[in-house]
Amino acid sequence: MRRVLWILAAAIAVALPFLVPKSFYLQIIASAYITAIAVYGLNVILGYTGLLNLGHAAFFGIGAYAVALLQTKAGWPFWPALLAGCAASVLFGALVGMISLRTRGNYFAIFTAAVGVMIAIVFTNWQDLTGGNIGIVNIPPPPPIGPLTFDGDVPKYYLVLAALALTILICVLVRNSLIGRTFVAIADNEDLARATGVNVARVRLTAFMLSTFLAGLAGGMFAMYNGNLGPDQTGLDITFEQLLFLVIGGIGTIAGPLVGTLVLVEISQQLQGVQQYRFLIFGPMLVLLVRFFPMGIVGGFNRLTARWVRP
Amino acid sequence: MHLFFQELLNGLVVGSLYALVALGLALIYGTMQVPNFAHGHLYMLGAYVAFFGVTVAHIGYWPSMLLAIVVLALVGILLERLVFRPLSNAPEVNTIIAAVGVLFFLQTLAQVWFGGDYRVFPSPYDRVVHFAGLVATQQQLIIIVAAAVLMVALFWFLKRTLTGATIEAVAQNRAGAALVGIDTNRVSMMVFAISAGLAAAAATLIASISLISPSMGFTVILKAFAIIVLGGMGSVPGAIIGAYILAFAESFAGTYISSNYQDAIAFGVLVLILTFKPTGLFAKGT
Repeated sequence: MRRVLWILAAAIAVALPFLVPKSFYLQIIASAYITAIAVYGLNVILGYTGLLNLGHAAFFGIGAYAVALLQTKAGWPFWPALLAGCAASVLFGALVGMISLRTRGNYFAIFTAAVGVMIAIVFTNWQDLTGGNIGIVNIPPPPPIGPLTFDGDVPKYYLVLAALALTILICVLVRNSLIGRTFVAIADNEDLARATGVNVARVRLTAFMLSTFLAGLAGGMFAMYNGNLGPDQTGLDITFEQLLFLVIGGIGTIAGPLVGTLVLVEISQQLQGVQQYRFLIFGPMLVLLVRFFPMGIVGGFNRLTARWVRP
Repeated sequence: MHLFFQELLNGLVVGSLYALVALGLALIYGTMQVPNFAHGHLYMLGAYVAFFGVTVAHIGYWPSMLLAIVVLALVGILLERLVFRPLSNAPEVNTIIAAVGVLFFLQTLAQVWFGGDYRVFPSPYDRVVHFAGLVATQQQLIIIVAAAVLMVALFWFLKRTLTGATIEAVAQNRAGAALVGIDTNRVSMMVFAISAGLAAAAATLIASISLISPSMGFTVILKAFAIIVLGGMGSVPGAIIGAYILAFAESFAGTYISSNYQDAIAFGVLVLILTFKPTGLFAKGT
């Protein structure tokens, strides 16, 4: 049943450029995929280990700025720049994780929020490197691989889709692996996990680094897809928005980040004209969700189907 | 040396405002263990209510401040009843997520109501005062005095009245307080009302020397968190001392180092403290 839904979703995603004639719509969906990749990263740390990283958008920013700067200033081609961007994000994640993961609960959220805002301040103020508030423009499209070229909306859409597919694959593999089960064990009961021999600190750091890797990947895709980049993509409000997508989709589920992002992006699209007021609805919705329906759309769906579908 | 004293004065002004905001955050954290991420947006809303009082209703400066305090106290009570109390037994993360929902709502509300532009409302006290070679506006002096009066009043309330003592009791031991017959829900509501009211007072004081905008809550909330981590989460005197320390640090760093990274100091302080002391400075024993 679930496998059928996944195959159906994949088929629609692949066929989408032929189904929608307007490239405007394709751009919105591709942007939603990029956000979804970042939300998957947030899900790894919040959903699997129960820690709320409020600096998530800053790691997105590190990946994005690294990819953009390596291309525009150092003249690197896109592909090695993307690898380096993800690596930069993970390295920074390891550094921040080693320090921040010593704190717990509220302190972790406050600490990561502060780190995130500091990184955003650096992006805004280091004008010589980052272009300040204007940011970086004219980021070149990826160079062709053999017959495949990547300038134009449709090939870029497929590139983003491939990154999303890779992200989901990684999440599924991690979730079903020993390390993924250890993540959940720690979130459920830290003391018990430690008693059974789990190295809690190392496992948490692994989760944090995987989370920042996905944030960096999303950032790199953002720089590539949009061709420009500014510090407003790295702020605390962006993390909050990603958190909203995750909570609505379903924290800790595999499909949640994608479903939450697509549903909310679609609703925002329908609110043409009053779009900037969407948080008058989304804000209270978030409050109601954590109170009455903390499992989100996908969590609720899983609970419903678990009754009458054997896995 | 003259510059030094001028910066000291500026630090005192900013520190007074930080203290009023951080105080409310510390009070809520101390009694309910809720990190209220929407606190900065309550402050923002307070600024807009006062703005409305001064420029639309024309009721004058001090009545506008009173209006802002009363409206925000009511909003605080509403938040406690509708959002935070039902989540008091939920995981910590859920409380933060709910606060994020509130913050989004308030920010958009201010945008709908007054637009996203930066605004300023005129202070009736904009005369410049010269004192011993230092320059200050009347408004700046009013900020220092008004903040001190509010803090003294709060301390008197907490330490000298029975109602204030119930707040202290709940902060020390919630279960114990409930056991001796203190209505802990009433205390929670009271704490939210005081906290939001103080934020509104701070916002009215600063709004006439600085710009107000719907997003003004974001920087403030993180600085307030930096302050209460510095002062020991939930400690009211700690929050006040932390506020002045941070304000002086910012003021001097802005003058002697670089004003571009002035805002980063708070977060640098926060990161340093939590790096070396993951449970915060002066952490209360549980």
